[in-house]
This record gives sequence, structure tokens and C-alpha cells, in this order.
Amino acid sequence: MAVAADIASGVCLMAGAGLALVGALGLLRLPDVFARMHGAGIIDTLGVGLIMVGLMFQSGLTLVTVKLILVLAFVLYTSPTTTHALARAALNAGVEPQVDAPPPGDGKGGGEGAPSKT
Amino acid sequence: MFAVTAAAVLLVMAMTLVRAVRGPTTFDRILAVNTFGTLTVILIAVYGFLSGRPDFLDIGLLYALINFIATIAVTKFIKFAHLGGPEEGDMAGDV
Repeated sequence: MAVAADIASGVCLMAGAGLALVGALGLLRLPDVFARMHGAGIIDTLGVGLIMVGLMFQSGLTLVTVKLILVLAFVLYTSPTTTHALARAALNAGVEPQVDAPPPGDGKGGGEGAPSKT
Repeated sequence: MFAVTAAAVLLVMAMTLVRAVRGPTTFDRILAVNTFGTLTVILIAVYGFLSGRPDFLDIGLLYALINFIATIAVTKFIKFAHLGGPEEGDMAGDV
């Protein structure tokens, strides 16, 4: 039983760390401040969530699990509020969201058309 | 297992700091610092388990609260240039 808890905990921790890396990659590479909020949102929900669930498997049914649930609930409640407030402030400050893909001006312009189905 | 997770969280923190330094607008930087705070909470929790003292979670919970309030305060200050209640000309019901 302890081995199963260790395996579940390890899977959750690794998945959480991997998704946090994906979110950070999105935070670095996406083109616009509104798009980068998606990457931050991945870290704030699934990153924190899976890592905390992994730690909950490690600590069993004790007071530590209750504290972990409290931290997770607080972060899950406040992260969308912060993102929403930030997005509204950015829109009101005049940041223009980039809604179209940039025109193909560099090397791979013409070859990326719709693939023909015939 | 905890060490690998802690190393990955440290790498994610470094990438977030790169965005905080580079971000062309102020809101990029606010977003990156807020994410850095959430990652600090994760790192506190994982390090608490790594060192065998899960009592660090109290500090993590406290820092999650402080981080949220700080981000909202900075956003409100950037938007309205004051930290008081809504005045004439402010849109009611906003941050």
C-alpha cells in the first residue's frame, strides 16, 4: 500500500513539474501579454494542483493533508481573480491584443498553405 | 523524487524571471512576478517534504495570501494611480 502511494505520488509530482515547465515555456514564447496569461494559468492550476496532490499522497490522512488542501483551494480561487484583474487593467491601459497571425514574411511563407486532399 | 521536482520548479522560476526582465509591457512583469510567487509556494511545500518538516506549509499558505494581495494592489495602483476607494470618474466595480 505504501508502494502504491509512492508510485501515485511520484507520477503526480513528475506530471506537475512537467506541466509547470510547459507553462513556463508558454510564458516565454507566446507573442502577446494576453496569450502569456494562458501559460501562467497552466502553472497556477495544473502545476500547483498536481504537485499538491502528489504531496497529499505522501502524507496520508493527517493534518498536513488538510493544510495542503487549504493552500490548493486558496491558489485555485485567487489565480483566476488575479488574471482577470490583470487582463482588464491591460485592456484599459490600451494594450492591443494580437488577434491575427503575423503575415508570413520570413522563409517559410508560401509553402505552408492548406494541404491538398486529392 | 522531491529533489527532481524542486529542481524543475527552480528552472521554471528562472524562466519566469526572464520574462519579468524582458517583458515589453508592465503587465508582463506583473504576471511574471505573480507566477513567481505561486512557484515560491510550491517550492516551500516541496522543500518542506524534502527536509522532513512539512510544517513549512504554514509559511506557504501565508505567502500565497501575501502574493495575491500584492498583485491586486500593484494592478490597482497601475490602473488608477491611487490605492483608495472609487472616486469621481473611476468605473465603479473595477479593481
